[in-house]
Amino acid sequence: MRIPCPHCGERDVGEFTYLGAAGLRRPDGLDADPAAMAEYVYLRDNPAGPLAELWYHAFGCRSWITLTRDTRTHAIAAAEPARSRA
Amino acid sequence: MRFSALTLAAQALRGNRGWSPTWRDAEPKRDYDIVVVVGGGHGLATAWYLAREFGLTNVAVLERSVIGSGNVGRNTTIVRSNYLLPGNIPFYERSMKLWEGLEQDINYNAMVSQRGVLNLYHSDAQRDAYARRGNAMRLHGVDAELLDREQVRARLPFFDYANARFPIAGALLQRRGGTVRHDAVAWGYARAASDRGIDIVQNCEVTGIRRENGRVAGVETSRGFIGARTVGLAVAGASSQLAAMAGMRLPLESHVLQAFVSEGVKPLIDHVVTFGAGHFYVSQSDKGGLVFGGDIDGYNSYAQRGNLPVIEDVMESAMALWPAIGRLRVLRHWGGVMDMSMDGSPIIDRTPIDGLYLNAGWCYGGFKATPASGFCFAHLLATGTPHPDAAAFRLDRFAAGRVIDEKGMGAQPNLH
Repeated sequence: MRIPCPHCGERDVGEFTYLGAAGLRRPDGLDADPAAMAEYVYLRDNPAGPLAELWYHAFGCRSWITLTRDTRTHAIAAAEPARSRA
Repeated sequence: MRFSALTLAAQALRGNRGWSPTWRDAEPKRDYDIVVVVGGGHGLATAWYLAREFGLTNVAVLERSVIGSGNVGRNTTIVRSNYLLPGNIPFYERSMKLWEGLEQDINYNAMVSQRGVLNLYHSDAQRDAYARRGNAMRLHGVDAELLDREQVRARLPFFDYANARFPIAGALLQRRGGTVRHDAVAWGYARAASDRGIDIVQNCEVTGIRRENGRVAGVETSRGFIGARTVGLAVAGASSQLAAMAGMRLPLESHVLQAFVSEGVKPLIDHVVTFGAGHFYVSQSDKGGLVFGGDIDGYNSYAQRGNLPVIEDVMESAMALWPAIGRLRVLRHWGGVMDMSMDGSPIIDRTPIDGLYLNAGWCYGGFKATPASGFCFAHLLATGTPHPDAAAFRLDRFAAGRVIDEKGMGAQPNLH
């Protein structure tokens, strides 16, 4: 698998580390109720299909990237700087 | 179908044209007491123990494809019970005891081979950690021995003991661990359950879970609706999809794990060995191929194939441990989809929906757990209460803070 880094171009997957699904929102610490925090920490959609996810280009530009990738085929539909979706 | 020396000889003379199927390829009935989804190792084991332990036979196992086509045929066949935490040890030791009696129990040759599992250690700190693990095992009545370097060398003289970076300092040995022929496990459980009257339905994909008044009423399938007041899900990598049909989100991610087989060679390595300075494990099949593997690829995947960086990592670990392995060619490799849980431990529990039960989160340790998983899941489906050996594998343990985190990795499925 090759990942199209928006800054560096297409690079080998070995240059990247994986965090997981993008778009999870951490409830505000002290005000969060425990159920909402447990949901944020532990529960995932885990879709078989397109998934927006966070990758870190550790051996490249060292920036976070949001990748839209099909988990059934590893086909990548979009790659953008994570900041642009924050 | 029964096998004996007599039937083998008779079939050989008749050109092997008289064999009958090992289990009935059943047509689904309109409803059952219990439906188990799907017909993998855990589902088939569940069916067998429902029949054996509880006398329940109005049961169907619904398999999307054919028996043996999923992870039960994609693993590296290793069985062991060398766990550390109290929530895990009794369960995996039950599994080991069931493996030891499996062939007599289901009257099927599963080639159970207790050849011993050695976990190598390479530093003082790792030795201490393995001593602790071995002590925990022995306190629970599980066999464990701590070997020093010379004791390992006497058994496995061909490893690279002088490796400057990862010198082998010793190993934790579980003599009762070993390997089991994985396909035979699926076939044997399928035949045993089918002979008791349980329907094993192949090519029957579950497409929905019907609920009435907050309780399970049955499953929608590619072959029509099948009613059941009790539905058990044991679907490994597809757990999140099945749970979504019932409106649930699970503490799981699906990841791909690769495994490898070398060309066949004469007997070379007697045990199952794991490398302690990287993730690599190896054993030799009775056909002669070295069966080995390492880490998951590390990103969510439902593709049953992986990528090259992990292959390179596995091969590098192999070469660091055992330079001679470099002379062998890899014959084939493949991937399976693992239901990686948030703490690295499984779930065998009720769900918030009455009548719907979940067996999931096996990470890449599902095969060794097959008998105990079936045993405990059958207990849960038949009685509605958890079996004591699996009582810690609760679905609500994450929210309650009672995670069973063998590796201390936290809520990071790709690190377990």
